[in-house]
Amino acid sequence: MALVEVKDLYKIFGTNPKRAIPLIQKGETKQQIKKKTGCTVAINGATFEIHKKETFVVMGLSGSGKSTFIRCLNRLIKPTSGQILIDGEDIVKMEPEKLRDLRRHKMSMVFQHFGLLPHRNVISNIEFGLELSGVDKAERRQKSMDALQLVGLDGFEFSMPNELSGGMKQRVGLARALANDPEILLMDEAFSALDPLIRSQMQDELLELQAKMHKTIVFITHDLDEALKIGDRIAILGPDGRVRQIGTPEVILSRPADDYVKEFVQTVDKTKVVTVGTIKRPSPFLTVPKDGPKSALHLMEKHGKSVAFVVDTDRILKGVVHIEDVAALKKQGGTDLCSIATQDFYTATPTTPIADLLSAALETKVPIAVIAEDYTFHGVVDREMIIAEMNDGIDEAAGPTVFSEVLEDDAADTNNK
Amino acid sequence: METIREIFDIGASFEAIIDWLREEAAWFFDFIAFVVEGLLDGVNWVFQFPPALLMILLFTLLAWKMASRGVAIFTVIGFSLILYMGYWSETMDTLSLVISAVFFALLIGIPLGIWASKSESAWRILHPVLDFMQTLPAFVYLIPAVLLFRLGPVPGVIATLIFSLPPVVRLTNLGIRQVPVEIIEACRAFGATSKQRLYKAELPVALPTIMAGVNQTIMLALSMVVISGMIGAGGLGNVVLKGITQLRIDMGFEGGISIVILAIFLDRVTQSLTHLGESKEGK
Ligand SMILES: Nc1ncnc2c1ncn2[C@@H]1O[C@H](COP(=O)(O)OP(=O)(O)O)[C@@H](O)[C@H]1O
Ligand SMILES: [Mg+2]
Repeated sequence: MALVEVKDLYKIFGTNPKRAIPLIQKGETKQQIKKKTGCTVAINGATFEIHKKETFVVMGLSGSGKSTFIRCLNRLIKPTSGQILIDGEDIVKMEPEKLRDLRRHKMSMVFQHFGLLPHRNVISNIEFGLELSGVDKAERRQKSMDALQLVGLDGFEFSMPNELSGGMKQRVGLARALANDPEILLMDEAFSALDPLIRSQMQDELLELQAKMHKTIVFITHDLDEALKIGDRIAILGPDGRVRQIGTPEVILSRPADDYVKEFVQTVDKTKVVTVGTIKRPSPFLTVPKDGPKSALHLMEKHGKSVAFVVDTDRILKGVVHIEDVAALKKQGGTDLCSIATQDFYTATPTTPIADLLSAALETKVPIAVIAEDYTFHGVVDREMIIAEMNDGIDEAAGPTVFSEVLEDDAADTNNK
Repeated sequence: METIREIFDIGASFEAIIDWLREEAAWFFDFIAFVVEGLLDGVNWVFQFPPALLMILLFTLLAWKMASRGVAIFTVIGFSLILYMGYWSETMDTLSLVISAVFFALLIGIPLGIWASKSESAWRILHPVLDFMQTLPAFVYLIPAVLLFRLGPVPGVIATLIFSLPPVVRLTNLGIRQVPVEIIEACRAFGATSKQRLYKAELPVALPTIMAGVNQTIMLALSMVVISGMIGAGGLGNVVLKGITQLRIDMGFEGGISIVILAIFLDRVTQSLTHLGESKEGK
């Protein structure tokens, strides 16, 4: 469901900016317009939606209008034209009191260089937003302490900002933004000023927090790796201030919309981003106690496989059976497939990046079983699929035949994101 | 030429304006004089009433607390010297005059500085006026003060406050304009009203800069002491002037030394205000 709808948004800096719009529509470039009118086109006709509870990343190089865009969302910058609907209400036209209310209760912001008040200690920095909206002292302290604990700053409540490292300062910034429990969190290059190691740690913590809090996060970055790691969906801004592509990290990587995006994503190591969930294939499997050696042989012969996975009636993975063992079992007149199932195979979850499977895939002949956390069977990946993905040439049509017993793959897909 | 000067006599016109002001706005200037005199008397009483030794002790403690041990030692020696030379009462008169003038200068200057920082057009007007004020020789300020308030300590305070006004206006304006843009954005993003932004963020963040302005204003006020002595403001200015006019080198020298001691004391103590709010742990 769309929480924020951006429609035909333009922001042009300069005097009398509206006169630049016809020039844009004529297709003139940012540079030409700058030369002719002195105006800078920062956002060039953006239209898209941000869904409830998703992490929406806006990515682009420096100067592409990211900061301008995020400041339009809380109206720190007034758009030149267009609409921004939040819960259906156009904030471009909103009057000051209502806007202030929105900023106090519905959305808050985290800044690149933290924006902390140097004369206040950590806890009263965190209290800042609550104080502005007139929350009484006891409640304010309580909520701020909760936020402080959430970001792992216990024990630092009375430190001054200039005593903290960059990472800790940004934790304060984050706690301040979380203290009034806003629905929307705006983060403008929140981790860009931090060392790589701290940055990656903060990214992990943000993901962890988001798994608990389910905020709607708008996250700005110029770093593609960060975008891919954090974003549920990513919008890529071109240098002309235009949105080039919006999609999940995997879509952006596997199907870049134009050459600009393609060039952008070329440098990324796809195996770290593309997950097992994307490339996995459904696979025939045997269910105990329903299936015995006879149906097992039938299934394997029919699909030309020498191995098959065995699950129970709850689809919990029990093991893998090899065709020779099944034949032997049949000869002996046995019926229990579990008795011959081995545990001699690798497993992966849908969220495992394929990079983690490379060595396993090269080593084993048995496909890698894809299982959820509860050990239910969701299909397989094998060496060919991984290599095909790395070579960019995954071809949906060439997949194996779909069997009647095969899991509904769509249902499994929606589970893992 | 004669005729033009007869028609438009600059001096006479000015006199007419002053006369008109004195007549029509007498209540206004009386009121100002009343307020200034009230404050001046009050402050003076606070400094003159306690025994000098007690005051020296208090000044020393203040210097110790605000500045350093070195300044405290200087204070105890310096003020004892003043007492020994016999200019205690004059020094306290001067201190009261400086404090009163600075009080009014801040009362006017800080709001002006805030206004200038908020409004481009206000700053466009104030900026040249402040530049002009600082190029004028200090004597010039005596003229309107004497004309409107006659002689004595009150016009002394008035002239001093006008003369010492520019730094605090300038530095208040500067301090607020220098508040990092992300702090301003944070205020707006969390829904601050402009009043909340001023009191909770801009003024506290600008405080060290404003205090540097306060320090400069105090020093300028002190530099007016001798000049305002010329209109009967009293205090150490009188002592120095007497030294000059009666060629009493001893008096001039001793009065001068007393002013220097007072100046160093005030400078050191108020300079420490510049570190105010920078961080309690920073010190
Ligand atoms: N206040 C402003 N006045 C004029 N031009 C601006 C202003 N803010 C940003 N710009 C211009 O708008 C463009 C986008 O800037 P910005 O949104 O800061 O980009 P990003 O955050 O992606 O680096 C840039 O060309 C920048 O120079
Ligand atoms: Mg930016």
